Amino acid sequence: MVRTRFQQQMEELREKLLRMGGMAELAVDRACQGYTERDLHRCQLVLENESLINAAEREIDELAFDILATQQPAAVDLRFILAVTKINADLERVGDQAVNIAERVMDMIELPSVDLPVDIARMATAVSAMVRRALESFVEGKAELAQAVLEMDHVVDRMRDEAFITLVRTMNEQPQNTQQALDALLVARNLERVADHATNISEDVIFWVLGADVRHHAGAANGPNNMTSVPAPRTESTGT
Amino acid sequence: MGVGITVERLNAFYGKTQALFDININVLANHATALIGPSGCGKSTFIRCLNRMHETIPESRVEGNVRIGEFNVYNGTSATELRRRVGMVFQKPNPFPTMSIYDNVAAGLKLNGFRNRKKVDEVVEKSLRSSALFEEVKDSLHKKSGASLSGGQQQRLCIARALAVQPEVLLMDEPCSALDPISTGKIEELIFQLKEQYTIVIVTHNMQQAARVAEFTGFFLLGKMIEFDKTEKVFTNPSDKRTEDYVTGRFG
Amino acid sequence: MERDARTAREGLGLIMASAISVPNPTIIPPISWRRRTLDHVMTGVAILTVVIVLAPLVAIFGYLCYKGIGSINIAFLTQTPKPVGEVGGGMANAIVGSAFILAIASLMGVPMGIGAGIFLSEYGRNRYGDAVRFVSDVLNGVPSIVIGIVAYGLVVIRQKHFSALAGGVALAIMMVPTIARTTEQMLLLVPQAIREAAYGLGVSRWRTTLSITLRTATSGVITGVMLAFARVAGETAPLLFTAFGNQFWNLKPDQPTAALSLQIYTYALSPFDDWHRQAWAGSFVLIVLIVGAVAAVRYVVRRGRLAGA
Repeated sequence: MVRTRFQQQMEELREKLLRMGGMAELAVDRACQGYTERDLHRCQLVLENESLINAAEREIDELAFDILATQQPAAVDLRFILAVTKINADLERVGDQAVNIAERVMDMIELPSVDLPVDIARMATAVSAMVRRALESFVEGKAELAQAVLEMDHVVDRMRDEAFITLVRTMNEQPQNTQQALDALLVARNLERVADHATNISEDVIFWVLGADVRHHAGAANGPNNMTSVPAPRTESTGT
Repeated sequence: MGVGITVERLNAFYGKTQALFDININVLANHATALIGPSGCGKSTFIRCLNRMHETIPESRVEGNVRIGEFNVYNGTSATELRRRVGMVFQKPNPFPTMSIYDNVAAGLKLNGFRNRKKVDEVVEKSLRSSALFEEVKDSLHKKSGASLSGGQQQRLCIARALAVQPEVLLMDEPCSALDPISTGKIEELIFQLKEQYTIVIVTHNMQQAARVAEFTGFFLLGKMIEFDKTEKVFTNPSDKRTEDYVTGRFG
Repeated sequence: MERDARTAREGLGLIMASAISVPNPTIIPPISWRRRTLDHVMTGVAILTVVIVLAPLVAIFGYLCYKGIGSINIAFLTQTPKPVGEVGGGMANAIVGSAFILAIASLMGVPMGIGAGIFLSEYGRNRYGDAVRFVSDVLNGVPSIVIGIVAYGLVVIRQKHFSALAGGVALAIMMVPTIARTTEQMLLLVPQAIREAAYGLGVSRWRTTLSITLRTATSGVITGVMLAFARVAGETAPLLFTAFGNQFWNLKPDQPTAALSLQIYTYALSPFDDWHRQAWAGSFVLIVLIVGAVAAVRYVVRRGRLAGA
């Protein structure tokens, strides 16, 4: 049986979330590039586009709410909508963190450039990859991709801890560069937060695909019937 | 108090056509179990095998084992004796039209030889209270016929009638499908309370009703039982893809 | 007037539709005067057929009243016939005798007819049932005088005298097919859901049939019984050589008994005017009693119905 209206709404929800994901990913990328290239313009773009991300969050929540109220989704469809509302919130925070990074960079650009013994750029690349892969796992509906993101989180955490130690030492040894070191430290912390959100997104994808709640490191990422992926919602219809 | 139902390797036939294939199920006492599935999947046939109503169809046949409590349904108990312990409520309310409300509820008792007037009065009142109908009809018990009530009231009357013989199990075959939402809500509320004293098996087309009312849900498809599990599991994360397709409305 | 309003509305609808100019490929044309006329004519024909059907009934009853009422008096209703040639006397014994014979016939025919009806509807949806139906229909068509002769052979010859019992047997045989068929139809009208409700309560099949199914169909069954009763109440031929008739009072089932229909027959064929007069009176009384009996039974049945049943 084809539930046309329902299918259309679910498809719309999916597309809206993907678009928002794209905007959030772009914001993070721009903010990181702004840091590495000391580019004021890119940072400004991030600040300007934040309102778009916030508007998207509202739209997605509203649509998800509507579908829940009117279509009585069950099983995988219900999990999908719950996952979407959570991913929605995480993406909005990612946007916020990108804004924080951009503001930090805009501060840093005012100050003289200093060579710091930390590779923020490498961390930024890793975090960016996490966000992208988390969104990919949502697009494809594949739990393995999501699981990979969960594993990358440890790497990023270690990077942040190393950056902290290094930068604190720098602040002690080179007090004239404290300002820049502090800025770099804060950017590292923001990046780590983005990574956390990417992790949350992956956990939500696993919940949707497998029906398993793996938050806070609970449970295995293998569904009870050993399904490891679901078909992308509503692009094909089966049965009557 | 309710009793559990055990079904083993149940196969049912209408003449040469097989309607049920190898059903195995364990219904827990004092719980509500819902049976869902598309039209023609055998859930009504199944429920009618539990109280041997299936036999009233000519050329019907049943193989397998059904135990209700400690009674073996097909070996050693007469059908009429069994049906006194297993009550049934049908899809379309069917009160006896020429009998008063009181006589309707008392019918099961009187026709089985139970005549003590005072005792019957008590049972009738108790049954009507159990089905949340007493307050509405207490002034016209003997004056109004069973058929003069509204649809929802008639169905509650049928429930009272079934309860009056004090069964251990209550079978309900789509009891709310002919009723408006308010009456449906009242009956669902009733089922929730009746669970404490009876074991309830309810066949329903309405998945949301199964989700609201039952602790366990069984999904039937083409005469086979595909999945039987706790209701939350069936509706949030069913094990079988066919169950998921049905529950999400992709077919059926 | 309603028709005019309808036509006006349809016209208005058409105007509005064309004003909005929504393409509508299925506009129903307004009712033409031809159709309206045909409608009136057919209604007239229907009324006419009813009148034609009722007319004989009204005529008979009217004529009976006219001819018979004058002769009804206390004497007629309380006295037995006077010897041949004498004027006066009544049909009291025939009135009572008819009631007596009908009571005997009902006692035998009604249970048998209802029983047969129950068999046909509940247990006879098969070849055996078809055979019984066939026999019943044939029996229904047997001429009443033949049934009278059969009763003569079965009862009168054995007992070596005419009797009310023999008359009752003959009438009972005539009642059975009608009662059986109508009972069957009425029972078939009871929805299967009602029977299932009873089975679900653990009521056995025979008990369900008697206490639930039959009880639900009661008014229909009684209608069938009254139909059969009214039919045999006026039968004359079967009583000719069974009850035979009697000048005097008799309430013993093994003796010849007077019956209204027999008395009317005898008197009508006689050469006496007084007896002709009494025959008219008797006919009137017979009709009144039959109608009265049926009406009384229907009233009692209706009284026994519950509010809303």
